[in-house]
Amino acid sequence: MDAGAEATPVKVSARDLDVFYGATQALHGITLDARANRVTALIGPSGCGKSTFLRSINRMNDLIAGMRRQGTILLDGRDIHDPDVDVVDLRRRVGMVFQRSNPFPKSIYENVAYGPRIHGVSDRTTLDEIVRTTLEQAALWDEVKDRLGASALSLSGGQQQRLCIARALAVEPEVLLMDEPASALDPLATARIEELIHELKERYTILIVTHNMQQAARVSDTTAYFYMGRLVEMGPTAQIFTNPSKQETEDYITGRFG
Amino acid sequence: MNESTAARPRALDAVAAASSESRRRAARRAESLFGAVVRTAAFAAILVIVLIFVFVGREALPLLWQDATPGHESETVTWSSLAGPTTYPDRPPRHVWQPVSTVPKYNLAPLVVGTLKTTLVAILFAGPLAVLAAILTSEFAPRWVSQVVKPTIELLAGIPSVVLGFFALMVLATWLQQILGVRYRLNALTAGIGLGIAVIPIIYTVAEDALAAVPRSYREASYALGASRWETAVRIVVPAALPGIFAGLALGFGRAVGETMIVLMASGNAALTTWPLTDSVRTLSATIAAELGEVVFGGPHYRVLFLLGVLLFLFTFAVNLAGELTVRRLRERLGGRA
Repeated sequence: MDAGAEATPVKVSARDLDVFYGATQALHGITLDARANRVTALIGPSGCGKSTFLRSINRMNDLIAGMRRQGTILLDGRDIHDPDVDVVDLRRRVGMVFQRSNPFPKSIYENVAYGPRIHGVSDRTTLDEIVRTTLEQAALWDEVKDRLGASALSLSGGQQQRLCIARALAVEPEVLLMDEPASALDPLATARIEELIHELKERYTILIVTHNMQQAARVSDTTAYFYMGRLVEMGPTAQIFTNPSKQETEDYITGRFG
Repeated sequence: MNESTAARPRALDAVAAASSESRRRAARRAESLFGAVVRTAAFAAILVIVLIFVFVGREALPLLWQDATPGHESETVTWSSLAGPTTYPDRPPRHVWQPVSTVPKYNLAPLVVGTLKTTLVAILFAGPLAVLAAILTSEFAPRWVSQVVKPTIELLAGIPSVVLGFFALMVLATWLQQILGVRYRLNALTAGIGLGIAVIPIIYTVAEDALAAVPRSYREASYALGASRWETAVRIVVPAALPGIFAGLALGFGRAVGETMIVLMASGNAALTTWPLTDSVRTLSATIAAELGEVVFGGPHYRVLFLLGVLLFLFTFAVNLAGELTVRRLRERLGGRA
Protein backbone atom coordinates (compact mmCIF):
# COMPACT_ATOMS: atom_id res chain seq x y z
CA MET A 1 0.00 0.00 0.00
CA ASP A 2 2.89 2.41 0.39
CA ALA A 3 3.79 2.06 -3.23
CA GLY A 4 2.61 5.64 -3.48
CA ALA A 5 5.61 6.77 -1.53
CA GLU A 6 8.14 6.06 -4.24
CA ALA A 7 7.83 8.55 -7.06
CA THR A 8 6.91 7.53 -10.55
CA PRO A 9 6.74 10.07 -13.40
CA VAL A 10 3.81 12.48 -13.41
CA LYS A 11 1.32 11.36 -16.04
CA VAL A 12 -1.60 13.74 -15.70
CA SER A 13 -1.13 17.18 -14.36
CA ALA A 14 -3.71 19.93 -13.89
CA ARG A 15 -2.56 23.53 -13.66
CA ASP A 16 -4.89 26.19 -12.20
CA LEU A 17 -7.88 24.58 -13.84
CA ASP A 18 -11.13 26.57 -13.68
CA VAL A 19 -14.29 25.14 -15.21
CA PHE A 20 -17.55 27.03 -15.59
CA TYR A 21 -20.97 25.77 -16.56
CA GLY A 22 -22.65 28.91 -17.76
CA ALA A 23 -22.43 31.34 -14.86
CA THR A 24 -21.58 28.80 -12.16
CA GLN A 25 -17.99 27.95 -11.50
CA ALA A 26 -17.58 24.23 -10.94
CA LEU A 27 -13.83 24.09 -10.43
CA HIS A 28 -11.60 26.70 -8.82
CA GLY A 29 -7.92 26.63 -9.72
CA ILE A 30 -7.28 22.92 -9.43
CA THR A 31 -3.61 22.02 -9.47
CA LEU A 32 -3.00 18.32 -9.11
CA ASP A 33 -0.54 15.69 -10.29
CA ALA A 34 -1.42 12.05 -10.92
CA ARG A 35 1.54 9.71 -11.16
CA ALA A 36 1.97 6.88 -13.62
CA ASN A 37 1.03 3.38 -12.42
CA ARG A 38 -0.63 4.79 -9.35
CA VAL A 39 -4.23 5.00 -8.33
CA THR A 40 -5.36 8.49 -7.46
CA ALA A 41 -8.67 8.67 -5.64
CA LEU A 42 -10.82 11.79 -5.83
CA ILE A 43 -13.15 12.07 -2.85
CA GLY A 44 -15.56 14.67 -1.59
CA PRO A 45 -19.26 15.31 -1.10
CA SER A 46 -21.69 15.34 -4.03
CA GLY A 47 -21.34 18.33 -6.29
CA CYS A 48 -17.79 19.09 -5.16
CA GLY A 49 -16.43 18.99 -8.70
CA LYS A 50 -14.56 15.69 -8.64
CA SER A 51 -16.52 14.25 -11.57
CA THR A 52 -16.16 17.50 -13.49
CA PHE A 53 -12.43 17.28 -12.95
CA LEU A 54 -12.35 13.68 -14.13
CA ARG A 55 -14.33 14.53 -17.25
CA SER A 56 -11.97 17.40 -18.00
CA ILE A 57 -9.07 15.01 -18.43
CA ASN A 58 -10.53 13.35 -21.54
CA ARG A 59 -12.37 16.53 -22.55
CA MET A 60 -15.79 14.93 -22.21
CA ASN A 61 -16.92 18.27 -20.80
CA ASP A 62 -16.44 19.74 -24.26
CA LEU A 63 -19.72 18.09 -25.16
CA ILE A 64 -21.63 20.17 -22.63
CA ALA A 65 -23.06 23.38 -24.03
CA GLY A 66 -22.03 26.45 -22.08
CA MET A 67 -18.86 24.91 -20.63
CA ARG A 68 -15.93 27.28 -20.29
CA ARG A 69 -12.42 26.56 -19.06
CA GLN A 70 -9.31 28.37 -17.89
CA GLY A 71 -5.99 26.87 -16.97
CA THR A 72 -4.89 23.61 -18.42
CA ILE A 73 -4.24 19.91 -18.12
CA LEU A 74 -1.03 18.26 -19.23
CA LEU A 75 -0.76 14.66 -20.35
CA ASP A 76 2.88 13.53 -20.36
CA GLY A 77 3.77 17.21 -20.17
CA ARG A 78 1.70 18.16 -23.21
CA ASP A 79 -1.27 20.49 -23.09
CA ILE A 80 -4.38 18.50 -24.01
CA HIS A 81 -6.03 21.70 -25.26
CA ASP A 82 -3.23 22.35 -27.72
CA PRO A 83 -4.79 23.03 -31.14
CA ASP A 84 -2.90 20.16 -32.73
CA VAL A 85 -4.02 17.64 -30.11
CA ASP A 86 -6.67 15.46 -31.66
CA VAL A 87 -9.58 14.82 -29.28
CA VAL A 88 -10.10 11.41 -30.83
CA ASP A 89 -6.50 10.48 -30.04
CA LEU A 90 -6.73 12.00 -26.56
CA ARG A 91 -9.79 9.92 -25.75
CA ARG A 92 -8.08 6.83 -27.05
CA ARG A 93 -5.17 7.46 -24.67
CA VAL A 94 -7.44 8.39 -21.78
CA GLY A 95 -10.13 5.76 -21.30
CA MET A 96 -13.21 6.17 -19.14
CA VAL A 97 -15.47 3.92 -17.11
CA PHE A 98 -18.79 5.40 -16.08
CA GLN A 99 -20.80 5.22 -12.89
CA ARG A 100 -23.64 3.23 -14.39
CA SER A 101 -22.41 0.42 -16.55
CA ASN A 102 -23.36 1.36 -20.09
CA PRO A 103 -22.57 -1.48 -22.49
CA PHE A 104 -23.90 -0.96 -26.01
CA PRO A 105 -26.93 -3.05 -26.97
CA LYS A 106 -24.66 -5.29 -29.00
CA SER A 107 -22.97 -8.61 -28.41
CA ILE A 108 -20.23 -8.96 -25.81
CA TYR A 109 -17.69 -9.35 -28.58
CA GLU A 110 -18.89 -6.27 -30.47
CA ASN A 111 -18.79 -4.16 -27.32
CA VAL A 112 -15.09 -4.80 -26.86
CA ALA A 113 -14.31 -4.68 -30.58
CA TYR A 114 -16.08 -1.34 -31.08
CA GLY A 115 -13.17 0.81 -29.95
CA PRO A 116 -10.48 -0.95 -32.01
CA ARG A 117 -12.81 -0.93 -35.01
CA ILE A 118 -13.39 2.81 -34.98
CA HIS A 119 -9.64 3.29 -34.70
CA GLY A 120 -9.15 1.28 -37.85
CA VAL A 121 -8.57 -2.34 -36.81
CA SER A 122 -10.58 -4.58 -39.09
CA ASP A 123 -8.53 -7.77 -39.20
CA ARG A 124 -10.57 -10.50 -37.59
CA THR A 125 -7.74 -12.37 -35.89
CA THR A 126 -6.35 -9.16 -34.43
CA LEU A 127 -9.79 -8.25 -33.12
CA ASP A 128 -10.24 -11.74 -31.67
CA GLU A 129 -6.91 -11.35 -29.92
CA ILE A 130 -7.79 -7.90 -28.53
CA VAL A 131 -11.18 -9.12 -27.31
CA ARG A 132 -9.61 -12.09 -25.59
CA THR A 133 -6.76 -10.27 -23.88
CA THR A 134 -8.83 -7.34 -22.69
CA LEU A 135 -11.58 -9.57 -21.36
CA GLU A 136 -8.87 -11.51 -19.53
CA GLN A 137 -7.46 -8.29 -18.14
CA ALA A 138 -10.91 -7.31 -16.97
CA ALA A 139 -11.28 -10.74 -15.30
CA LEU A 140 -14.34 -11.54 -17.37
CA TRP A 141 -13.00 -13.96 -19.97
CA ASP A 142 -13.72 -17.17 -18.11
CA GLU A 143 -17.31 -16.15 -17.50
CA VAL A 144 -18.15 -15.16 -21.06
CA LYS A 145 -15.78 -17.03 -23.35
CA ASP A 146 -18.50 -19.45 -24.43
CA ARG A 147 -21.06 -16.78 -25.24
CA LEU A 148 -19.22 -13.88 -26.83
CA GLY A 149 -22.08 -13.52 -29.29
CA ALA A 150 -24.68 -13.05 -26.55
CA SER A 151 -26.09 -9.60 -25.89
CA ALA A 152 -24.04 -7.59 -23.42
CA LEU A 153 -27.27 -6.64 -21.69
CA SER A 154 -27.77 -10.26 -20.65
CA LEU A 155 -24.82 -9.96 -18.23
CA SER A 156 -25.21 -9.16 -14.55
CA GLY A 157 -24.51 -5.64 -13.32
CA GLY A 158 -21.01 -6.47 -12.12
CA GLN A 159 -20.18 -8.32 -15.31
CA GLN A 160 -21.48 -5.40 -17.36
CA GLN A 161 -19.18 -3.03 -15.51
CA ARG A 162 -16.18 -5.31 -16.09
CA LEU A 163 -17.18 -5.47 -19.75
CA CYS A 164 -17.13 -1.67 -19.82
CA ILE A 165 -13.64 -1.78 -18.35
CA ALA A 166 -12.58 -4.29 -21.01
CA ARG A 167 -14.11 -2.04 -23.66
CA ALA A 168 -12.11 0.91 -22.36
CA LEU A 169 -8.91 -1.17 -22.27
CA ALA A 170 -9.37 -2.40 -25.83
CA VAL A 171 -8.09 0.85 -27.33
CA GLU A 172 -4.88 0.56 -25.29
CA PRO A 173 -5.28 3.66 -23.18
CA GLU A 174 -2.54 4.95 -20.90
CA VAL A 175 -4.82 6.56 -18.37
CA LEU A 176 -8.05 5.11 -17.02
CA LEU A 177 -10.68 7.42 -15.55
CA MET A 178 -13.25 5.72 -13.34
CA ASP A 179 -16.31 7.64 -12.23
CA GLU A 180 -17.69 5.77 -9.22
CA PRO A 181 -17.31 2.49 -11.08
CA ALA A 182 -18.72 0.36 -8.26
CA SER A 183 -21.44 2.56 -6.81
CA ALA A 184 -24.26 0.62 -8.46
CA LEU A 185 -22.86 -2.81 -7.61
CA ASP A 186 -23.30 -5.24 -4.73
CA PRO A 187 -20.39 -5.83 -2.31
CA LEU A 188 -19.12 -8.94 -4.08
CA ALA A 189 -19.05 -7.30 -7.49
CA THR A 190 -17.44 -4.25 -5.89
CA ALA A 191 -14.70 -6.43 -4.44
CA ARG A 192 -13.96 -7.84 -7.87
CA ILE A 193 -13.72 -4.38 -9.40
CA GLU A 194 -11.38 -3.24 -6.64
CA GLU A 195 -9.21 -6.30 -7.12
CA LEU A 196 -9.16 -5.49 -10.79
CA ILE A 197 -8.08 -1.90 -10.15
CA HIS A 198 -5.16 -3.28 -8.18
CA GLU A 199 -4.06 -5.41 -11.11
CA LEU A 200 -4.65 -2.70 -13.70
CA LYS A 201 -2.40 -0.16 -12.08
CA GLU A 202 0.61 -2.22 -13.13
CA ARG A 203 -0.08 -0.98 -16.62
CA TYR A 204 -2.23 2.10 -16.36
CA THR A 205 -2.49 5.39 -14.57
CA ILE A 206 -5.81 5.34 -12.77
CA LEU A 207 -7.93 8.18 -11.45
CA ILE A 208 -11.02 7.10 -9.58
CA VAL A 209 -13.90 9.11 -8.20
CA THR A 210 -15.58 7.43 -5.28
CA HIS A 211 -18.08 8.19 -2.54
CA ASN A 212 -16.98 5.19 -0.58
CA MET A 213 -14.25 6.11 1.91
CA GLN A 214 -13.25 2.51 2.52
CA GLN A 215 -12.94 2.00 -1.19
CA ALA A 216 -10.66 5.00 -1.57
CA ALA A 217 -8.57 3.73 1.33
CA ARG A 218 -8.37 0.23 -0.12
CA VAL A 219 -7.56 0.93 -3.76
CA SER A 220 -5.70 4.20 -3.97
CA ASP A 221 -2.12 5.31 -3.44
CA THR A 222 -2.90 9.00 -3.41
CA THR A 223 -6.08 10.68 -2.30
CA ALA A 224 -7.36 14.12 -3.24
CA TYR A 225 -10.15 15.69 -1.24
CA PHE A 226 -12.40 18.10 -3.15
CA TYR A 227 -14.87 20.47 -1.58
CA MET A 228 -17.01 23.10 -3.30
CA GLY A 229 -14.96 22.97 -6.48
CA ARG A 230 -11.61 23.37 -4.73
CA LEU A 231 -8.89 20.88 -4.04
CA VAL A 232 -8.66 21.00 -0.26
CA GLU A 233 -5.91 18.51 0.36
CA MET A 234 -3.96 15.87 -1.48
CA GLY A 235 -1.43 13.35 -0.26
CA PRO A 236 -0.57 9.68 0.18
CA THR A 237 -3.74 7.80 0.98
CA ALA A 238 -2.42 6.40 4.26
CA GLN A 239 -1.63 9.88 5.48
CA ILE A 240 -4.93 11.43 4.35
CA PHE A 241 -6.91 8.77 6.14
CA THR A 242 -4.88 8.60 9.33
CA ASN A 243 -3.47 12.04 9.74
CA PRO A 244 -4.99 14.66 7.42
CA SER A 245 -3.49 18.09 7.73
CA LYS A 246 -6.77 19.96 7.30
CA GLN A 247 -9.66 19.84 9.71
CA GLU A 248 -12.21 19.82 6.84
CA THR A 249 -10.68 16.69 5.40
CA GLU A 250 -10.78 14.94 8.75
CA ASP A 251 -14.42 15.95 9.26
CA TYR A 252 -15.40 14.49 5.91
CA ILE A 253 -13.43 11.29 6.27
CA THR A 254 -14.65 10.56 9.74
CA GLY A 255 -18.19 11.08 8.50
CA ARG A 256 -18.99 14.20 10.45
CA PHE A 257 -20.51 15.65 7.29
CA GLY A 258 -20.98 14.78 3.64
CA MET B 1 -49.43 0.39 22.48
CA ASN B 2 -45.68 0.08 22.72
CA GLU B 3 -43.16 2.84 23.14
CA SER B 4 -42.17 3.31 19.54
CA THR B 5 -45.73 4.02 18.48
CA ALA B 6 -46.15 6.47 21.27
CA ALA B 7 -43.00 8.33 20.24
CA ARG B 8 -44.20 8.69 16.66
CA PRO B 9 -44.76 12.23 15.42
CA ARG B 10 -48.38 13.26 15.65
CA ALA B 11 -48.65 13.83 11.89
CA LEU B 12 -48.15 10.12 11.30
CA ASP B 13 -51.01 9.34 13.68
CA ALA B 14 -53.15 11.52 11.45
CA VAL B 15 -52.21 9.33 8.48
CA ALA B 16 -53.12 6.22 10.40
CA ALA B 17 -56.42 7.70 11.50
CA ALA B 18 -57.27 8.88 8.01
CA SER B 19 -56.63 5.48 6.53
CA SER B 20 -59.63 4.05 8.30
CA GLU B 21 -61.40 0.95 7.09
CA SER B 22 -64.21 2.83 5.33
CA ARG B 23 -61.83 5.10 3.50
CA ARG B 24 -59.78 2.22 2.30
CA ARG B 25 -62.89 0.48 1.09
CA ALA B 26 -63.89 3.62 -0.84
CA ALA B 27 -60.45 3.81 -2.37
CA ARG B 28 -60.67 0.19 -3.44
CA ARG B 29 -64.06 0.82 -5.04
CA ALA B 30 -62.72 3.81 -6.95
CA GLU B 31 -59.79 1.67 -8.04
CA SER B 32 -61.96 -1.10 -9.42
CA LEU B 33 -64.33 1.40 -11.06
CA PHE B 34 -61.40 3.05 -12.78
CA GLY B 35 -60.14 -0.33 -13.94
CA ALA B 36 -63.55 -1.17 -15.37
CA VAL B 37 -63.72 2.12 -17.27
CA VAL B 38 -60.28 1.59 -18.80
CA ARG B 39 -61.09 -1.99 -19.72
CA THR B 40 -64.36 -0.97 -21.33
CA ALA B 41 -62.69 1.75 -23.37
CA ALA B 42 -60.00 -0.63 -24.56
CA PHE B 43 -62.47 -3.32 -25.53
CA ALA B 44 -64.73 -0.78 -27.24
CA ALA B 45 -61.82 0.26 -29.46
CA ILE B 46 -61.12 -3.35 -30.40
CA LEU B 47 -64.83 -4.01 -30.90
CA VAL B 48 -65.16 -1.10 -33.32
CA ILE B 49 -62.35 -2.47 -35.47
CA VAL B 50 -63.79 -5.97 -35.44
CA LEU B 51 -67.25 -4.64 -36.33
CA ILE B 52 -65.91 -2.62 -39.24
CA PHE B 53 -64.25 -5.72 -40.54
CA VAL B 54 -67.40 -7.80 -40.03
CA PHE B 55 -69.67 -5.32 -41.82
CA VAL B 56 -67.32 -4.79 -44.72
CA GLY B 57 -66.85 -8.56 -44.97
CA ARG B 58 -70.61 -9.18 -44.79
CA GLU B 59 -71.18 -7.07 -47.88
CA ALA B 60 -68.43 -8.87 -49.78
CA LEU B 61 -69.02 -12.45 -48.71
CA PRO B 62 -72.20 -13.23 -50.69
CA LEU B 63 -69.90 -13.24 -53.73
CA LEU B 64 -68.84 -16.66 -52.58
CA TRP B 65 -72.17 -18.46 -52.63
CA GLN B 66 -74.29 -16.49 -55.00
CA ASP B 67 -75.68 -18.51 -57.90
CA ALA B 68 -75.54 -17.31 -61.42
CA THR B 69 -78.76 -15.58 -62.33
CA PRO B 70 -80.09 -17.39 -65.39
CA GLY B 71 -79.26 -15.32 -68.45
CA HIS B 72 -76.64 -13.30 -66.61
CA GLU B 73 -73.95 -15.95 -66.18
CA SER B 74 -71.30 -13.64 -67.61
CA GLU B 75 -71.92 -11.14 -64.82
CA THR B 76 -71.22 -13.69 -62.13
CA VAL B 77 -68.03 -13.11 -60.23
CA THR B 78 -65.88 -16.17 -59.66
CA TRP B 79 -62.52 -16.53 -57.94
CA SER B 80 -60.89 -17.23 -61.27
CA SER B 81 -62.36 -14.09 -62.79
CA LEU B 82 -61.05 -12.07 -59.83
CA ALA B 83 -57.56 -13.45 -60.05
CA GLY B 84 -57.03 -14.79 -63.57
CA PRO B 85 -56.67 -12.87 -66.82
CA THR B 86 -59.52 -12.26 -69.17
CA THR B 87 -59.19 -14.25 -72.39
CA TYR B 88 -60.04 -12.92 -75.80
CA PRO B 89 -60.51 -14.73 -79.09
CA ASP B 90 -58.39 -12.26 -81.04
CA ARG B 91 -55.93 -10.85 -78.46
CA PRO B 92 -53.59 -12.27 -75.83
CA PRO B 93 -55.20 -12.65 -72.38
CA ARG B 94 -54.99 -9.60 -70.13
CA HIS B 95 -55.78 -8.65 -66.54
CA VAL B 96 -58.66 -6.25 -66.84
CA TRP B 97 -60.71 -4.16 -64.44
CA GLN B 98 -63.73 -2.98 -66.41
CA PRO B 99 -66.68 -3.09 -64.00
CA VAL B 100 -69.09 -1.13 -66.20
CA SER B 101 -68.69 -2.70 -69.59
CA THR B 102 -71.36 -4.93 -71.15
CA VAL B 103 -69.38 -7.84 -69.88
CA PRO B 104 -68.04 -6.55 -66.56
CA LYS B 105 -64.51 -7.66 -65.78
CA TYR B 106 -63.48 -7.65 -62.14
CA ASN B 107 -59.87 -8.65 -62.24
CA LEU B 108 -58.07 -7.45 -59.11
CA ALA B 109 -54.51 -7.66 -60.41
CA PRO B 110 -54.35 -4.13 -61.89
CA LEU B 111 -55.59 -2.63 -58.64
CA VAL B 112 -53.22 -4.62 -56.45
CA VAL B 113 -50.31 -3.81 -58.74
CA GLY B 114 -51.32 -0.15 -58.79
CA THR B 115 -51.49 -0.02 -55.01
CA LEU B 116 -48.12 -1.72 -54.60
CA LYS B 117 -46.48 0.57 -57.12
CA THR B 118 -47.63 3.83 -55.55
CA THR B 119 -46.94 2.57 -52.05
CA LEU B 120 -43.47 1.41 -52.99
CA VAL B 121 -42.64 4.76 -54.55
CA ALA B 122 -44.01 6.54 -51.48
CA ILE B 123 -41.91 4.49 -49.06
CA LEU B 124 -38.77 4.68 -51.19
CA PHE B 125 -39.22 8.44 -51.39
CA ALA B 126 -40.36 9.20 -47.85
CA GLY B 127 -38.44 6.55 -45.89
CA PRO B 128 -34.87 7.74 -46.52
CA LEU B 129 -35.85 11.41 -46.37
CA ALA B 130 -37.74 11.06 -43.11
CA VAL B 131 -35.18 8.81 -41.41
CA LEU B 132 -32.25 11.00 -42.48
CA ALA B 133 -34.10 14.11 -41.33
CA ALA B 134 -34.72 12.42 -37.97
CA ILE B 135 -31.04 11.49 -37.65
CA LEU B 136 -30.05 15.02 -38.60
CA THR B 137 -32.30 16.75 -36.08
CA SER B 138 -31.56 14.37 -33.24
CA GLU B 139 -27.81 13.89 -33.74
CA PHE B 140 -26.19 16.62 -35.78
CA ALA B 141 -28.14 19.81 -36.22
CA PRO B 142 -27.62 22.66 -33.77
CA ARG B 143 -30.46 23.08 -31.34
CA TRP B 144 -32.14 25.97 -33.12
CA VAL B 145 -32.23 24.09 -36.44
CA SER B 146 -33.94 21.13 -34.79
CA GLN B 147 -36.38 23.46 -33.14
CA VAL B 148 -37.39 24.81 -36.55
CA VAL B 149 -37.25 21.60 -38.60
CA LYS B 150 -39.09 19.34 -36.16
CA PRO B 151 -42.34 21.31 -35.80
CA THR B 152 -42.30 22.14 -39.51
CA ILE B 153 -42.24 18.49 -40.52
CA GLU B 154 -44.84 17.68 -37.91
CA LEU B 155 -46.99 20.46 -39.34
CA LEU B 156 -46.90 18.62 -42.65
CA ALA B 157 -49.06 15.96 -41.02
CA GLY B 158 -51.79 18.54 -40.59
CA ILE B 159 -52.13 19.36 -44.30
CA PRO B 160 -55.37 17.83 -45.63
CA SER B 161 -54.63 15.11 -48.14
CA VAL B 162 -56.84 16.79 -50.71
CA VAL B 163 -54.45 19.74 -50.65
CA LEU B 164 -51.47 17.42 -51.13
CA GLY B 165 -53.37 15.74 -53.94
CA PHE B 166 -53.97 19.07 -55.57
CA PHE B 167 -50.30 19.93 -55.24
CA ALA B 168 -49.32 16.59 -56.79
CA LEU B 169 -51.86 17.00 -59.57
CA MET B 170 -50.99 20.57 -60.53
CA VAL B 171 -47.37 21.19 -59.59
CA LEU B 172 -45.57 17.91 -59.02
CA ALA B 173 -46.97 16.27 -62.14
CA THR B 174 -45.76 19.16 -64.29
CA TRP B 175 -42.29 19.15 -62.76
CA LEU B 176 -41.92 15.42 -63.18
CA GLN B 177 -43.11 15.60 -66.75
CA GLN B 178 -40.59 18.34 -67.53
CA ILE B 179 -37.73 16.55 -65.80
CA LEU B 180 -38.39 13.00 -66.97
CA GLY B 181 -40.18 13.77 -70.21
CA VAL B 182 -42.87 11.19 -69.54
CA ARG B 183 -45.97 10.88 -71.70
CA TYR B 184 -48.62 10.86 -68.98
CA ARG B 185 -48.45 13.48 -66.25
CA LEU B 186 -50.49 11.43 -63.82
CA ASN B 187 -48.78 8.17 -63.04
CA ALA B 188 -47.53 5.93 -60.24
CA LEU B 189 -44.48 8.12 -59.70
CA THR B 190 -46.45 11.34 -59.30
CA ALA B 191 -48.99 9.76 -57.01
CA GLY B 192 -46.27 7.92 -55.06
CA ILE B 193 -44.27 11.08 -54.38
CA GLY B 194 -47.46 12.89 -53.40
CA LEU B 195 -48.21 10.02 -51.04
CA GLY B 196 -44.65 10.17 -49.78
CA ILE B 197 -45.13 13.78 -48.72
CA ALA B 198 -48.11 12.67 -46.66
CA VAL B 199 -46.12 9.82 -45.11
CA ILE B 200 -42.92 11.73 -44.24
CA PRO B 201 -44.22 13.25 -40.99
CA ILE B 202 -45.41 9.86 -39.74
CA ILE B 203 -42.08 8.14 -40.28
CA TYR B 204 -40.15 11.19 -39.12
CA THR B 205 -42.02 11.60 -35.85
CA VAL B 206 -41.73 7.96 -34.84
CA ALA B 207 -38.08 7.71 -35.90
CA GLU B 208 -37.18 10.94 -34.13
CA ASP B 209 -38.74 9.73 -30.90
CA ALA B 210 -36.85 6.46 -31.19
CA LEU B 211 -33.52 8.24 -31.70
CA ALA B 212 -34.17 10.66 -28.87
CA ALA B 213 -34.95 7.72 -26.59
CA VAL B 214 -31.49 6.21 -27.04
CA PRO B 215 -29.82 6.68 -23.66
CA ARG B 216 -27.22 9.43 -23.42
CA SER B 217 -24.92 6.93 -21.76
CA TYR B 218 -24.47 5.06 -25.06
CA ARG B 219 -23.36 8.23 -26.77
CA GLU B 220 -21.02 9.12 -23.92
CA ALA B 221 -19.45 5.67 -23.92
CA SER B 222 -18.85 5.95 -27.64
CA TYR B 223 -17.36 9.45 -27.46
CA ALA B 224 -15.17 8.36 -24.55
CA LEU B 225 -13.66 5.68 -26.78
CA GLY B 226 -12.68 8.36 -29.26
CA ALA B 227 -15.55 7.93 -31.71
CA SER B 228 -16.67 10.90 -33.78
CA ARG B 229 -20.23 12.13 -34.01
CA TRP B 230 -20.74 10.27 -37.25
CA GLU B 231 -19.36 7.00 -35.96
CA THR B 232 -21.47 7.31 -32.84
CA ALA B 233 -24.62 8.07 -34.81
CA VAL B 234 -24.14 5.39 -37.43
CA ARG B 235 -22.76 2.58 -35.30
CA ILE B 236 -24.41 3.11 -31.93
CA VAL B 237 -27.41 5.42 -31.95
CA VAL B 238 -29.12 4.32 -35.16
CA PRO B 239 -28.77 0.57 -34.47
CA ALA B 240 -30.12 1.10 -30.96
CA ALA B 241 -33.09 3.02 -32.38
CA LEU B 242 -33.70 0.53 -35.17
CA PRO B 243 -36.87 -1.03 -33.73
CA GLY B 244 -38.48 2.40 -33.50
CA ILE B 245 -37.31 3.45 -36.96
CA PHE B 246 -38.73 0.25 -38.34
CA ALA B 247 -42.03 0.80 -36.56
CA GLY B 248 -42.19 4.22 -38.20
CA LEU B 249 -41.64 2.72 -41.64
CA ALA B 250 -44.37 0.11 -41.06
CA LEU B 251 -46.77 2.79 -39.90
CA GLY B 252 -45.96 4.91 -42.95
CA PHE B 253 -46.48 1.92 -45.21
CA GLY B 254 -49.90 1.29 -43.71
CA ARG B 255 -50.89 4.91 -44.22
CA ALA B 256 -49.63 4.87 -47.82
CA VAL B 257 -51.62 1.74 -48.67
CA GLY B 258 -54.85 3.18 -47.34
CA GLU B 259 -54.47 6.82 -48.36
CA THR B 260 -57.12 7.64 -50.95
CA MET B 261 -57.45 11.26 -51.97
CA ILE B 262 -53.91 11.83 -53.19
CA VAL B 263 -53.86 8.74 -55.40
CA LEU B 264 -57.36 9.40 -56.62
CA MET B 265 -56.26 12.81 -57.83
CA ALA B 266 -52.75 12.15 -59.06
CA SER B 267 -52.45 8.55 -60.22
CA GLY B 268 -54.36 8.82 -63.51
CA ASN B 269 -56.73 6.04 -62.38
CA ALA B 270 -56.09 3.80 -65.39
CA ALA B 271 -56.19 0.18 -64.27
CA LEU B 272 -53.05 -1.00 -66.00
CA THR B 273 -51.02 -4.04 -65.01
CA THR B 274 -47.60 -2.89 -66.14
CA TRP B 275 -44.15 -2.51 -64.61
CA PRO B 276 -43.08 1.03 -65.54
CA LEU B 277 -43.62 3.55 -62.74
CA THR B 278 -44.42 6.20 -65.30
CA ASP B 279 -47.63 4.45 -66.36
CA SER B 280 -50.91 5.52 -64.89
CA VAL B 281 -52.29 3.28 -62.16
CA ARG B 282 -55.48 2.73 -60.23
CA THR B 283 -55.27 1.76 -56.57
CA LEU B 284 -57.63 -0.25 -54.38
CA SER B 285 -58.55 2.75 -52.26
CA ALA B 286 -59.11 5.12 -55.18
CA THR B 287 -61.29 2.51 -56.92
CA ILE B 288 -63.57 2.25 -53.92
CA ALA B 289 -63.81 6.02 -53.59
CA ALA B 290 -64.49 6.57 -57.27
CA GLU B 291 -66.98 3.77 -57.90
CA LEU B 292 -68.91 3.04 -54.74
CA GLY B 293 -71.25 5.99 -55.27
CA GLU B 294 -72.49 4.66 -58.59
CA VAL B 295 -73.02 0.96 -58.14
CA VAL B 296 -76.21 -1.06 -57.93
CA PHE B 297 -76.83 -1.76 -54.29
CA GLY B 298 -76.17 -5.43 -53.60
CA GLY B 299 -74.98 -6.12 -57.13
CA PRO B 300 -71.75 -7.92 -58.04
CA HIS B 301 -69.86 -4.66 -58.59
CA TYR B 302 -70.99 -3.47 -55.17
CA ARG B 303 -69.83 -6.70 -53.58
CA VAL B 304 -66.48 -6.63 -55.35
CA LEU B 305 -65.85 -3.10 -54.09
CA PHE B 306 -66.41 -4.33 -50.56
CA LEU B 307 -64.07 -7.18 -51.30
CA LEU B 308 -61.47 -4.52 -52.16
CA GLY B 309 -62.16 -3.04 -48.75
CA VAL B 310 -61.53 -6.41 -47.11
CA LEU B 311 -58.35 -6.76 -49.11
CA LEU B 312 -57.18 -3.31 -48.06
CA PHE B 313 -57.96 -4.15 -44.48
CA LEU B 314 -56.05 -7.42 -44.60
CA PHE B 315 -53.17 -5.70 -46.38
CA THR B 316 -52.67 -3.04 -43.73
CA PHE B 317 -53.22 -5.61 -41.02
CA ALA B 318 -50.54 -7.88 -42.49
CA VAL B 319 -48.08 -5.00 -42.85
CA ASN B 320 -48.63 -3.83 -39.30
CA LEU B 321 -48.36 -7.36 -37.96
CA ALA B 322 -45.15 -8.00 -39.87
CA GLY B 323 -43.81 -4.67 -38.66
CA GLU B 324 -44.75 -5.44 -35.07
CA LEU B 325 -43.11 -8.86 -35.18
CA THR B 326 -39.94 -7.46 -36.72
CA VAL B 327 -39.77 -4.72 -34.13
CA ARG B 328 -40.20 -7.27 -31.37
CA ARG B 329 -37.47 -9.49 -32.76
CA LEU B 330 -35.08 -6.57 -33.15
CA ARG B 331 -35.83 -5.44 -29.62
CA GLU B 332 -35.17 -8.89 -28.25
CA ARG B 333 -31.90 -9.12 -30.09
CA LEU B 334 -30.80 -5.77 -28.66
CA GLY B 335 -32.33 -6.28 -25.27
CA GLY B 336 -30.36 -9.17 -23.89
CA ARG B 337 -32.69 -12.12 -24.32
CA ALA B 338 -30.53 -13.31 -27.19
